[in-house]
Amino acid sequence: MTDADTTTTTTSATAEVPRIVSSRFDAEGGHTLDGYRSTGSYSGYEGLRAALDMAPGAVTGFVKDATLLGRGGAGFPAGVKWGFCPPGVWPRYIVVNGDESEPGTYKDRLLMERDPHQLIEGCLIAAYAIGAAEVFLYVRGEMPHAQERIAAALNEAYDANLVGRNILGTDFSVDIVLTWGAGAYIVGEETALIESLEGNRGMPRLKPPYFPAAKGLYLYPTVVNNVETLSNLPWLFTHGVDEYCAVGTESSPGTRLIALSGHVKRPGVYEVPQGTTTFRELFYDERYGGGIRDDNELKMFIPGGASAPWFFAEQLDLPLEGRPVGAAGSMLGSGAVVAMDHTTDAVRACLRLVRFFARESCGKCTPCREGTTWEEKILQRILDGHGRPSDLDLLLDVADNISPGPYPVAADPGQGLEAVPFPPRQTTICPLGPSSVAPITSAIRRFRHEFDAKITRRDSIPVTAETVAGVDEGASAHV
Amino acid sequence: MARFNPENEALAQRIIARYPRPKSATIPLCHLAQEQDGWLTEDAMAHVAELVGCSPAEVLGTASFYEMFKLHPVGRYCLNVCTNISCQLLGGEELLHHAEETLGIRAGGTTPDGMITLEDVECIAACTEAPAVQANYRYFHQVSPDDLDGLIEGLRTGALADEVPDHGTLGLVRQDLPVDRLANVSPPEDQGVPPWIARHEAAAAAGAGEGA
Repeated sequence: MTDADTTTTTTSATAEVPRIVSSRFDAEGGHTLDGYRSTGSYSGYEGLRAALDMAPGAVTGFVKDATLLGRGGAGFPAGVKWGFCPPGVWPRYIVVNGDESEPGTYKDRLLMERDPHQLIEGCLIAAYAIGAAEVFLYVRGEMPHAQERIAAALNEAYDANLVGRNILGTDFSVDIVLTWGAGAYIVGEETALIESLEGNRGMPRLKPPYFPAAKGLYLYPTVVNNVETLSNLPWLFTHGVDEYCAVGTESSPGTRLIALSGHVKRPGVYEVPQGTTTFRELFYDERYGGGIRDDNELKMFIPGGASAPWFFAEQLDLPLEGRPVGAAGSMLGSGAVVAMDHTTDAVRACLRLVRFFARESCGKCTPCREGTTWEEKILQRILDGHGRPSDLDLLLDVADNISPGPYPVAADPGQGLEAVPFPPRQTTICPLGPSSVAPITSAIRRFRHEFDAKITRRDSIPVTAETVAGVDEGASAHV
Repeated sequence: MARFNPENEALAQRIIARYPRPKSATIPLCHLAQEQDGWLTEDAMAHVAELVGCSPAEVLGTASFYEMFKLHPVGRYCLNVCTNISCQLLGGEELLHHAEETLGIRAGGTTPDGMITLEDVECIAACTEAPAVQANYRYFHQVSPDDLDGLIEGLRTGALADEVPDHGTLGLVRQDLPVDRLANVSPPEDQGVPPWIARHEAAAAAGAGEGA
């Protein structure tokens, strides 16, 4: 009865768009070593063989040439990130971020459950390139099925001499250790993830250094990569840079796994080429969402997870690509697209998103710990009909104390590959607090009248001379 | 029982050996203790502290940060109803209220028979299958109120015991990595240049030398 393998992974492949990471999602036995070698869009562990024939620096160069952008949210080029490891400092570690918990995001769980060997091969290629002493595969605690599939795959891979000592008879040796998380959204932030791996509370570290590649696990150079990012490597090393760059756009090659949820007819996880599919196609095309439920009107949508500012009908024709979405004032983030139709209560949706950040704030920075709590309280009383006329200004003031200035700030497309300004404007160590501001500013700017309607309801409780007289009359009649 | 039994203590030692520093095994060992006892007891945290070489307060400090570690007894099954945005849009909050009525408890509470603890949880990565529910972290997708009643019934009668193990048990397949099979685990101070990096650097230097 449990729904381990029944999810609609309606990934779509056409003649011109290959399945890069999702080719074994529907393959019988694709999660086993035999299945990994015999099914899918490439033969398993051949990419590793190709990489082992190259010099480690050349492997990093190969990934740089392919402009493989991180798929965890920030969209930073993976090859460049690897290159940040300071030369001559050993050991180096790799930490795989499988702590997927951004609301709306559902892709890494599928990658781990349905194609664990693909991820393991990706880890090995990265470990060879940077010279890693050990790889830690950190899987979210609430995902036992993914833990089982990865454990089984690692056991197979160790037995086949694909992981461990002298891999495939070479002098390349590395251990991949599976670690379970224990329930904390903030551990998806890379320095918090490292703290958690050191056995501590998962609180982000003070920056700088901005990148754990300089000082990470045990203060040694550490590369933290997302599951989907590493899962791209086997296909890339089997098919080559040219074929990879033929998919998507020049600045964002390859595909993205998009989890389309909310009020669409066909929610599902779709592998789409970057930059060529628009949000309109994603929502309305029969290959993807197939339209808004009951043919309702689209009210708003979240283009990249709970932390992303909302988009509306006028942004429907933007392509699914980090740079244009960033320039329009939001982010593609972790590939979580949530559609909301005209029946959605904007205040209620906003409260639910803000409540998430209030619950998940680690408590290290005061503006986030106190600010998100107050944001939730104020929104809750507005929704309950106890809002005060001054509450919207108060809400925006609290938000401004977490993320000062105009927010969101549209990234300048001329600045580079970042989809969001980096580092973001914030009074906190990490972006969790500022993320809570995104739904508030989005909702208030667009749907202020909905907030006002809930607030004025309280103000309009009639206490006039007439009604007081009426009460008196009734009282006297009763006597 | 609260400290690790001999079998789990041996497993704990194997887990500790996988990390460059023992304290990194704190969270895995807390999971192991919770699997043994159903929740994380004070004695277990003291034992974890002994094994990883820190104080019990440090283990408590770490464990109390993470939602999955229960520092008090919970039901045999944790029923987690997702109410975050994708599930909220398709009735997650109504489903939670239905569960509260069916079970006669509020979210966060445990039924008097000690069978079920109800939780209102954040996104569990099943957004396209909303509304989603987990029982001891096993997924149930597109759950209607009737489905939920059936699920509760199945948990209470034991009909789902094979699919949903008791609280504390996560992945049933473990990574099988005995100490003598580890390739390269040691404290970071003892690590040097990896052999394949050294070989390529030497080759590059020799090539440059020949070129000059």
